[in-house]
Amino acid sequence: MGPVSEMFRVAIVGSGPAGLSAAGRAAQLGLSHVLLEKTDHLSDTIYKYQKGKHVMATPSQLVLRSDQEFAAGKREDILGKWNERTREIGVNVKYNADVKSIRGTGPAIEGSVQKIVTRARDGTSTTKEVQRHAPPYAIELTNGETVMAEAVILAIGTQGNPNLMRCPGGDLPHVTYQLDDPTAILDEHIVVIGTGDAGIENARGLAEDAAQGNIVTVLNRAPRSTNVRESFATAKEPNAKALVEDHEAKKLTIRYETETKEVEPGWIVLTTRDGEERIRCDRIIARIGSAPPRGFVESCGIEFASADRLAFPVLSPTFESTAPGIFVIGALAGYPLIKHCMNQGYDVAEFIDGNTTLKPADEPLLAAKFAGLPGKRSVDQWLEFVRSNVSILEGMSPLQMREFMLDSDVRAYAKGETVFERNDPGSSLFGIAGGSVHVLVDAADPSKVVRIEQGSIFGEVGLISGRRRGATIVAAEPAICVEISRNAALKLQSQVPSAKKAIERIGVERQLLQMFGAGLTSEDIAGAVETAKIQQVKAGEAIITEGEDGNDIFVIRVGSMIVEKEIGGKPVFLSYLPAGSYVGEMALIDGGQRTATVRAAIKSEVIRIDGAAFGQVLAAKPALLERARRDMDVRRKTNALIESKKDGFSGVVDLFSEQAKFLVGQGLGEATDVLLIDERLCVGCDNCEKACADSHDGLSRLDREAGKTFAHLHVPTSCRHCEHPHCMADCPPNAIHRGPDGEVFIDDTCIGCGNCQRNCPYGVIRMEKVPPKKPPLLSWLLFGAGPGPGEPPYKWSKKHTRYTGDPAIDQALDRKKAIKCDMCAGIDGGPSCVRACPTGAAIRVAPDEFLTVARLEHEST
Amino acid sequence: MATLLSEPGLETGPAETAATAAATTTTAAPRRTRKISRERVSAHDGFLTHASGRWAKVGGTLALLSLGLYLFAGVSAAHFGGSWLGYSLGTIGALLIVWLTMLGMRKRAITPGRWSLKAWTSAHVYLGLALLVVGTLHSGFNFAWNVHTLAWALMLLVIASGMFGVWAYAVLPRALSDNRFDAGGAITEKQMIEALRSLDRQLHEAAQPLAPDDAALVETSLDEDPFAGSLVARVSGSYPNCATRRAARQLREARAFRPRTAGDPLDKVDSLLARKEAMLGRMRRHLKLKAWLQLWLYVHVPMTFALLAALSAHIVSVFFYW
Repeated sequence: MGPVSEMFRVAIVGSGPAGLSAAGRAAQLGLSHVLLEKTDHLSDTIYKYQKGKHVMATPSQLVLRSDQEFAAGKREDILGKWNERTREIGVNVKYNADVKSIRGTGPAIEGSVQKIVTRARDGTSTTKEVQRHAPPYAIELTNGETVMAEAVILAIGTQGNPNLMRCPGGDLPHVTYQLDDPTAILDEHIVVIGTGDAGIENARGLAEDAAQGNIVTVLNRAPRSTNVRESFATAKEPNAKALVEDHEAKKLTIRYETETKEVEPGWIVLTTRDGEERIRCDRIIARIGSAPPRGFVESCGIEFASADRLAFPVLSPTFESTAPGIFVIGALAGYPLIKHCMNQGYDVAEFIDGNTTLKPADEPLLAAKFAGLPGKRSVDQWLEFVRSNVSILEGMSPLQMREFMLDSDVRAYAKGETVFERNDPGSSLFGIAGGSVHVLVDAADPSKVVRIEQGSIFGEVGLISGRRRGATIVAAEPAICVEISRNAALKLQSQVPSAKKAIERIGVERQLLQMFGAGLTSEDIAGAVETAKIQQVKAGEAIITEGEDGNDIFVIRVGSMIVEKEIGGKPVFLSYLPAGSYVGEMALIDGGQRTATVRAAIKSEVIRIDGAAFGQVLAAKPALLERARRDMDVRRKTNALIESKKDGFSGVVDLFSEQAKFLVGQGLGEATDVLLIDERLCVGCDNCEKACADSHDGLSRLDREAGKTFAHLHVPTSCRHCEHPHCMADCPPNAIHRGPDGEVFIDDTCIGCGNCQRNCPYGVIRMEKVPPKKPPLLSWLLFGAGPGPGEPPYKWSKKHTRYTGDPAIDQALDRKKAIKCDMCAGIDGGPSCVRACPTGAAIRVAPDEFLTVARLEHEST
Repeated sequence: MATLLSEPGLETGPAETAATAAATTTTAAPRRTRKISRERVSAHDGFLTHASGRWAKVGGTLALLSLGLYLFAGVSAAHFGGSWLGYSLGTIGALLIVWLTMLGMRKRAITPGRWSLKAWTSAHVYLGLALLVVGTLHSGFNFAWNVHTLAWALMLLVIASGMFGVWAYAVLPRALSDNRFDAGGAITEKQMIEALRSLDRQLHEAAQPLAPDDAALVETSLDEDPFAGSLVARVSGSYPNCATRRAARQLREARAFRPRTAGDPLDKVDSLLARKEAMLGRMRRHLKLKAWLQLWLYVHVPMTFALLAALSAHIVSVFFYW
C-alpha cells in the first residue's frame, strides 16, 4: 500500500458542478475536506465541451443555492468563475486522483451485506456478497495513495471510465485510451482499436498529414461490407465513409475481422480470418466505449433500486446511500441538470455538518405545484398525502417523492370534469390520490361507465403503447389526481419494482377489457389475465409462424407487427398491426394450423394469453365470441383479396408487399405520422422545404432529397413522430413532449446539448441558430429585398444578424437549439409541406392509414 | 383516395402543444387550445386527378358553355368584342388571366389556412386550358397586326408553354427518381457531387506514378468542371468533348501498344476513370431532367408578364378608342 493521508472529515469524489459545490460548502463551513479529481482540471465533463459552447441554466424557476456562481453563459466564463472561486474559498483540491476503490475500515456492520449481481452476455448471472464495514473510509487511488475520510460524497456523474483492454499485455504503458493532440505524434506505428466515432476520428487525425510519417492501422471486428453501416455499426455514417475513403487512398489500413490477441512491447499479435499475425506497434489507442460507473458504485457498498439499466442508487432524504457515511449526489443520483447538482452539493455538505432543519431548494417549486389544491397542507403533508394514497407510490422514499413530484403534476377535478378525452394523445400515467373517476366505455352513451377507485391508476395504456387515449375519463366525484409524466413513470418503475409489477398487471387487464369492448368485467377475464405473460420481441422475430400448431392469443402492447403469408413461394405482406391490436384468434376459434406469420416490425412487447384460458372466456361470453368472429371475417376478407390478386401477371401484390416491407424498414413500424413522397409526382421544386422554413422561424425541418426510395416511394429525412420517441430518451431539461395532435415537439427550455440529435436513428433533428427575420414576401417579389422564400443562406443570415454588443443578447442570438418537425402544430390547415406541394406528391400519413388494402385496390385500378 | 378531417375530439386537446408551450412543469388548469383544423390525406393523388377531376369538369364546362353560346346565341362576328357575349367572355378571360397569375403568389405565401397548392395547380391547369377557348372566342376571330392580336398570341404562347409544363410534370419525375435510385436507397444531388470530388481525389493520388503524358491526360479530366457546358449540352445531356471520356479512351488506346505488366498503375486509373464517367453520366442525366422540369417556366413566366402588359394595353385601348 502507498502513502496514507491524514483523516479528513469529508472526501468529495468528482469535481463537477455537484462535487465543486459540495467542496465549496465544506470549505465555507470549515470542515476538513479534500476534493478528488481524476484529471488535472476541474469539472472535466464541462471542460470537454466544445470551445465557446453556451451552457444553459434550467430550470429557470429553481433558485441556486451554492457558494459557487452559476448562470447561463459560455463554457469558458463558467469554468473561469468556478476555478477562481474554488481558489478564493480555499477548497483543498487533489488533482490526478483517480479513485480505484472505497472501503470501510471500521468494524463489520452486522447484517449489512451488499449483494452484487453481475450479468454475463450469455444471460447467466453471478452473485457476490460483500460485507459492509463502518466508516472511516479508505479511498484508494490508482497511483497507490490512500485517502482516509469519515464521510464520502460521490459526485462522479454517469460518464464512467473507458473500457480497458483485457488481452495479455493490455496493461503495458503504450496501451492508451485517449489522444489529445494527433499532430504531436510522429513516425510511429499506431494501432487504433474500436471503430466508433472516437476511434475513427483519432485514426484519421493521425493519418491526415502524410508528413507525420505515422503508419496507422484500424482494427475492425466486423467483416468488410459495401454498406459502411454494417461494417461500422457504432459510427456515424459520414465518419465511417471518410475512414473507408482514407483506406482506399492508402492513408491508413483497415483490417476487417481482426481482433487483438496479445500486446507485446513494440508489437501486437492479431487474430485474423487467415490466422495469427504479428505487426509492429509503438502505440495502441483503444477506444472501446466506456463502462457505466454502476459496477464501481456497487463495489463501494451502495445498493441500486433495481437491476434496471435506468435505476439509481437507493438514497435517504439526506442523500445517504446504503453504505453509511457515503452520500451520492448529482447525475449519478438521478439529477442531470447543473443547478440541481449544485444545490445538492450545498445541501449534502450542510447535512454532513449536522444541519437537520435545511429545507431543500426545490421547496418553492413544489409549493407552487400544490398551491391550487383544496385543503391547506404543507409541502411535506401533500407529498405524504400523495404517496400514501396512490398505491403504486407507496414504496418511494421522501427524497424520491420530491424528485418525482418535480416531474409530475397534481390537479383537483370537480365532479363531472373531464381528465382526458378518447383519442387525445398522451403518454402520461394518472394516479388517483383522492375521490374516484369514471371511464366512459361507450363513446355514444355517456351513462355506461366503469368506476376506478382512489389509490388506483389510469392512463397506463397510453404510457405503455404510446398510442392515443382509448377512452374518456371524467371525475366521478371531486377528485385529486397526479399526472405522472412518461419520464417520471419510467423512473418510478425502475426505482420501485412493486410499482412496475402493479402497472403491468393493471395494464394487461385494462388492455383486454378495452380491446374487447363493453360487457366484460375484470372477473370475466381474471382467468385469462392470470395466464398472461409479457414477452419481449426483437425486430424481425416471429411470434406466430405459418403452418405451426398453437392457439395462444397475442396482444401487441408496445411496437407493431406485420402479418405475412407465403404465396407462390414468396412471403407476401398482408397487413400491419399497430399496438393495441390482437392476433392469433383464427387458430383458436376455428382450430387448425396458423394461417400466417406475424413478426415484429420494430422491437415490441406482446402479452401472450394461453389459448385454453381465453377459449373459456369466449365460451362464457357469446357476445365476445361474436365480436371476435366479426374481426376475424374482416381479416379473412383482406387475405382473400390479396391472395386473389396475386397472380403471375400483375405485379401489384408484389409491389405492395415489397413497398410495405421497405416502409417498415424505414421506421414506419414505430411512426405515428410520416411524410411520404410519391416520386412519380415529385418535380423536385423543394417547395415543401421552403414552406417548412417559412412557417418555422426560417429553418426547414425536412430534407426532401435525402432519405431512401423504393419503387418511387420516397421517405425523406423528416420526423416520423415515433410512438416512443428516441429523442425523448435523454433530454436533460425534459423539453421534448407530445402535443395534442400527436406531434413530438421541443419546447423553449431546450439547452442545445444535442442528445436528441444523437439519439434519433433517422437523423431528423439538427442543431441550428434561428436566422434573422426576412423582409416580407411582397418586397422580395417586387423589389428583390431579402433572400426570398425558404431557408436563408448562411451568409445572408450571418450578415443580417443584428448584434447589440450586449453579450447576454448576442449569445442568445448565436445559441444553437434542436430543431425538428412539429407537424405544424397550431397552424391552421395542418402541415405546410403537404399544403405547399404543387403536384400532390407529398402526404403525411399514419402507417395504419397507409399500409392498407384500400391502397392496393387504389393502385391496381 | 380518402380525405378525412381530423376527428372532432382531437381539435381541442387540453395538453400543451408546440404552439402554446411555455414551461415544462405547470399546475395551471389545462388550457383549451384554439380550434385548429387539420386536413388528412391518406393516399397519393396527383394534381391532374385531384378531387376526381373537379377542375377538369369546371374547365370543360366553361369551355363548352362559351362555345355553345358563341355558336348558337347568334351574335354577329363583326365587332364581336363589343357585344354582350364578347364583353362577358373578355371579362371572364381577363379575370382568369389575373387569377392564374396569382398561383405564383400562392406558391410562395405560406399562410395558415386550409388551402392546398395541389388544388390550385389543378385548377390552374384546367382553367388555363379553358382560357384557350374563352380567349379565342372573345377575339371573334378578328386578327390583325395590332396590340389586341398580340395579347391573344402571347396568351397562346403562355398556354402552349404551360401545356409543355404539364407534360414534363407528368412524365419526367419518374425518370428523375429512377436516375437517383441505387441499391443503398437513393443518391442525392449533393452526394453525386461529393462522389465526383472523392473520385477526383483518388484519381489524383492514383495518377502520381504515371508517365508525364498519361498524367497530363488524367489532369484534363480533373481540371474539367462538371457543371460547365452550354445550355444545349445541359438540355440535351450530350457532352461530346467530355475530358473524362477522352482521357479514358486515349489511355486505353495507348495501353494497347504497350507490354502488359503486373501491378500497372494504369489499371487503377482506368477503373477510377470508368467510375467517374458513370457518375458524371448520372449527374448529367439528373441535371438534364431538372433543366427540362424548370426551363419551360423561363418562357411561361416572362410571357405571362408580357401578356399582362399587352392585356392592359388592349383593355385601355378598346375603352379609349371605342
